[in-house]
Amino acid sequence: MKFIYQTWWKVLAVLVILYTLIAGFLFEVPTLPILHETIRNVYFHVPMWMAMFTVFGISVVYSIMYLNTGKEEYDLVVVECINTGMFFYVLGLITGMMWAKYTWGEFWSNDPKQNSAAVAFLLYCAYAVLRNSIDEEQKRAKISAIYNIFAFPILVVLIMVLPRMTDSLHPGNGGNPAFGKLDMDNSMRVVLYPAFIAWSALAVWIASLRYRIRLIEYKKNEIS
Amino acid sequence: MKRISLLAFLLLGYLGAFAQQGQQVEMADALRGSGKIYVVIAVIVIIFVGLSLYLFSIDRRLKKIEKEK
Repeated sequence: MKFIYQTWWKVLAVLVILYTLIAGFLFEVPTLPILHETIRNVYFHVPMWMAMFTVFGISVVYSIMYLNTGKEEYDLVVVECINTGMFFYVLGLITGMMWAKYTWGEFWSNDPKQNSAAVAFLLYCAYAVLRNSIDEEQKRAKISAIYNIFAFPILVVLIMVLPRMTDSLHPGNGGNPAFGKLDMDNSMRVVLYPAFIAWSALAVWIASLRYRIRLIEYKKNEIS
Repeated sequence: MKRISLLAFLLLGYLGAFAQQGQQVEMADALRGSGKIYVVIAVIVIIFVGLSLYLFSIDRRLKKIEKEK
């Protein structure tokens, strides 16, 4: 946990994202019908989801650690990871809708990927509702930790697995080729993978900032 | 010596062939440049630099508060 007070990885994340912003617009991309230049959205839309998965994943780890040790701090980490994850979730949904409008024709075409993403979003809204409905601190932390541990696999199934089993407009699903196979070449990977890591690091940074604020609030409440 | 210099000359000619290819690519870049994509990049970079500086300033302020405790 010491590393959240260090600066080097934050600077690194910012620099790498700057690289992906510039390279993402200038590097060659495959010329594809319908997509045209919007294929560059891959560099910005997909990393939002990666960042979300990273902070949600961390929240699951800390939920388990909380249940093992009962340390209040871990519960605070979970909450702020989920708050940050929800922020990137919304960004991912909105950018996806924007992209869908100009490639699929509608903001929301009830595509399996979109629908299950919306359902999974409600799943995490339910986390917030559940959490806020319990007054007693330890009970709240315990129940929401257990809920979170179960919610994450369901999120993965809803977003990554179920849409792939039916027909979907989204690349990588149903009969559609994944971006990884036909549409994407290695020139895109040199931008995309750094973007995944850097945006994830940025999400972790934001989550850690929120955690530190919450920790101060928590300690203040404890004293008074 | 003569042979080597001839070889070097011919090799330089080879480079020239590449340079021409490079120029052709540059023409394509100029077309992209005329689309003023660089302006968009500049704007996005400015926004992101601003946002990251903002995050760093929050980080600094937090550090100060944490030290006071």
